[in-house]
Amino acid sequence: MSELTRLDAADIAAKVAAKEVSAVEVTQAHLDRIAAVDHAVHAFLHVDTDRALAAAKAVDDDVAAGRPAASPLAGVPLALKDVLTMQGAPTTCGSKVLEHWQPPYDATVTQRLRAAGVVILGKTNMDEFAMGSSTENSAFGPTRNPWDLDRIPGGSGGGSSAALAAFEAPLAIGTDTGGSIRQPGAVTGTVGVKPTYGTVSRFGLVAFSSSLDQAGPCARTVLDAALLHEVIAGHDPLDSTSIDAPVPPVVAAAREGATGDLKGVKVGVVTEFAGDGYEHGVAEAFAAAVEQLRALGAEIVEVSCPSFDLALPAYYLIAPSEASSNLARFDAMRYGLRVGDDGGHSAEEVMSLTRAAGFGAEVKRRIMLGTYALSAGYYDAYYGSAQKVRTLIMRDFDAAFAQVDVLVSPTTPTTAFKIGERTADPMAMYRADLCTIPSNLAGNAALSVPCGLADGLPVGMQIMSPALQDQRGYRVAAAYELARNAAQGGPLINRVPELEVAH
Amino acid sequence: MTTAELMDYTEVVTRFDPVLGLEVHVELSTATKMFCGCANQFGGEPNTHVCPTCLGLPGSLPVLNALAVESAIRIGLALNCEIAPWCRFARKNYFYPDMPKNFQTSQYDEPIAFNGYLDVTLDDGEVVRVQIERAHMEEDTGKSLHVGGATGRIHGAEHSLLDYNRAGVPLIEIVTKTIEGTGERAPEVARAYVSTLRDLLKALDVSDVRMDQGSLRCDANVSLMERGAAEFGTRTETKNVNSLRSVERAVRYEMTRQAAILAGGGSILQETRHFEEASGTTRAGRRKETSEDYRYFPEPDLVPIAPSAEWVQELRGTLPELPAERRKRVQAEWSLTDLELRDLVNAGAIDLVAATADAGAPPAEARSWWMSYLSQQANTRGVELGALPITPGQVARVIALVADGSLTNKLARDVVDGVLNGEGEPDHVVETRGLKVVSDDSALYAAVDEALAANPDVATKIRDGKHAAAGAIVGAVMKTTKGQADAKRVRELILERCGA
Repeated sequence: MSELTRLDAADIAAKVAAKEVSAVEVTQAHLDRIAAVDHAVHAFLHVDTDRALAAAKAVDDDVAAGRPAASPLAGVPLALKDVLTMQGAPTTCGSKVLEHWQPPYDATVTQRLRAAGVVILGKTNMDEFAMGSSTENSAFGPTRNPWDLDRIPGGSGGGSSAALAAFEAPLAIGTDTGGSIRQPGAVTGTVGVKPTYGTVSRFGLVAFSSSLDQAGPCARTVLDAALLHEVIAGHDPLDSTSIDAPVPPVVAAAREGATGDLKGVKVGVVTEFAGDGYEHGVAEAFAAAVEQLRALGAEIVEVSCPSFDLALPAYYLIAPSEASSNLARFDAMRYGLRVGDDGGHSAEEVMSLTRAAGFGAEVKRRIMLGTYALSAGYYDAYYGSAQKVRTLIMRDFDAAFAQVDVLVSPTTPTTAFKIGERTADPMAMYRADLCTIPSNLAGNAALSVPCGLADGLPVGMQIMSPALQDQRGYRVAAAYELARNAAQGGPLINRVPELEVAH
Repeated sequence: MTTAELMDYTEVVTRFDPVLGLEVHVELSTATKMFCGCANQFGGEPNTHVCPTCLGLPGSLPVLNALAVESAIRIGLALNCEIAPWCRFARKNYFYPDMPKNFQTSQYDEPIAFNGYLDVTLDDGEVVRVQIERAHMEEDTGKSLHVGGATGRIHGAEHSLLDYNRAGVPLIEIVTKTIEGTGERAPEVARAYVSTLRDLLKALDVSDVRMDQGSLRCDANVSLMERGAAEFGTRTETKNVNSLRSVERAVRYEMTRQAAILAGGGSILQETRHFEEASGTTRAGRRKETSEDYRYFPEPDLVPIAPSAEWVQELRGTLPELPAERRKRVQAEWSLTDLELRDLVNAGAIDLVAATADAGAPPAEARSWWMSYLSQQANTRGVELGALPITPGQVARVIALVADGSLTNKLARDVVDGVLNGEGEPDHVVETRGLKVVSDDSALYAAVDEALAANPDVATKIRDGKHAAAGAIVGAVMKTTKGQADAKRVRELILERCGA
């Protein structure tokens, strides 16, 4: 494996800017790595070789001409979750229904990445329409966890996180509706951030649940995630829910955290996220991480957020309700899969046949759940009640953040489970997002940072910050990352097993 | 298809009380669509005014057109509605190929305007107050063209073509409360309501209000209740009502159809019906097996709309003089009787007369031109007065030419004919047709002398002091000058020549 693929994004950008290495060389090294290991990992649905090399070449031309770098990440390769549109390449959302669809426009996130000189290597695998916690719901086959190829890489953004852990890319973009960035980050030993809702544009993000979806950065270090965060965040007039406010200073916070001092920071441990259902190894690694924070000078207190217990059921009413409406457009009339258009079927029948053939079981389950929850006579009891729970959860956060600067918990109750282990038990699958969902419902910022291994598998610590205070989590995470690396003999990610390389 | 049995209208209104509810959809004439930057234009090659948002492509998002909100508020204010200080859009979910997202972004239980009224004046001057339940914003759908098959409907068609140029065009839906107690005048009230609303929207300059192009569409809900009954009957909703006349016909037809069914012991199906312009009848739409559940919920891709009290006040200040007020003012200023005003209103002439007066003509002259000669021309041509190819400015010019003696009234009508024929501006028509009054006295003297010589008896009478006899000579002179002489001047010259 080329050493270039082991580098952090910040290092790559610095070397490219200093002409120590060309962006084309870096990109080629990652493309080679993908060619060598992705047969085993299956992180990518589409590798965009030619355009990636062309983008890298453009960065090299800038450097050669002495033009200032487009961003602190110019020339760094990135893996884009296949739920964001990118002109010139397919966007499938992991679904048969969009198998060959080529969007005629770039998502705002994609456009900002391009403008920053970030090199997009391709599109990553995901649970169909981002519905799932294992990437097993992809219509194009599961992604495997580089730590153990028999295990899931988390979901829905398993492709993005696995690409990082397999050194196929130093950066990735994920989207997080109930934990789809953070939980894959936790189980692959990588960093995953869900920014404050409304701070990263959703324009071009194929909607699963509009009021919850948020794109965010995935990386192997906290600083890299912060650098990527600042590239993609910021007000976008094309997204009405985009907040017109300055991007929180997350890079400065990550650098401040890296001084290793957390004196004066109050950290609240969420008491609800412990006990039955939390694997012993996970609880242990998390407890050790909390002690590490204390050692860095943080004040640790326990905080109760009683409504968080209602988050999971509320989420499984709100998200499917919105999804049932968002996914209605996949009807074969304008784009995507079309089944039964043989002259013998009406338009309604073609719609129905296409949807029956094009959607997987989990997507259908959620469309049905959502359709039911919004139905006349049930709306108040289901969707209406869930919205009330949402308000309660926001109040719990408000009360907690009145006492502490950040809240922490395990990111997910278990380490990566085996492929196939939970496919027959949706409730067990849904519980993977138990700790991550509250921040989606409330819209505040949250991230996952690796906090150790349990039986050789990565464990993540979740750090939650108030809305528009994303920098708090970065500061704590960066301080913790530094201390953990020192205490545990270097970055955890270096302990990921070598993958078998195809020749 | 069997022809429906109908009850004689007089019997219908003796036995039943009609109850109406009218839903009017107005397409706003904003430059761009409701949620994207595409041009809001009628016509155009299919699918040329489209983008990811109005095509509902995956990942696209709506951005609300601020001008559409402004128009909605102004309409609400003009309809005497309350304006919601906070409201939202909702999604109305149902599948149909001409709806790109398979949900319509609309307003549901939080309309921007509600609880208003509109005073409607009927032909005989009676004023009916129609209560407005709400006016809300929504987006239009695309259009389907069903090719093949006998009916032009989706069923039986060989294939369908879809045009999304209209998808996302801003609409305001204005819904009345139930209109009761109008009895035999229900069809007339329905027409007058839509007509008044159309004039109001025109005055607000928010829409083209072209019923023929679909920028104003009316759905008529009609039900009957036995006289003295306590509960409303079952209603039908008639769509495809594309002219003011059709509104009246559709309501009347439904009343006679429903009455015949009820009188025969049958019951009315709650259904959507379509008005057939040619036959003046309604036919049942496709029957739905299940009642539609639109699964409304607040649109998560848009933020709530919270018009400040200051903004609403500011918009109130932008309301133009509304048609009803204008009529009152015009009646006073022009000293019109109620009947004269009503004729003016019914002829659709108020704006034309006012514009002609604004262009410098005395209001009485302007009214006379539009209400008599031009009305006749419009009738002959079978068009509305406003559709005549002559502008108020041109009419004012003709009136001015008469006033300064350049034209006689007869010549003026010739000039107007020329303008209506597309021969150009009045002055140009005068020139090319050679219609100027003969004001050269020497030419007139010759004609007068000739006429006196040809009618010696009359000449003698005039010389004897019977001035009234001069009329015959005036007529003769006018004949020889082909009407281009000023009759008054001719008379003066005749008397002069006769020494009278």
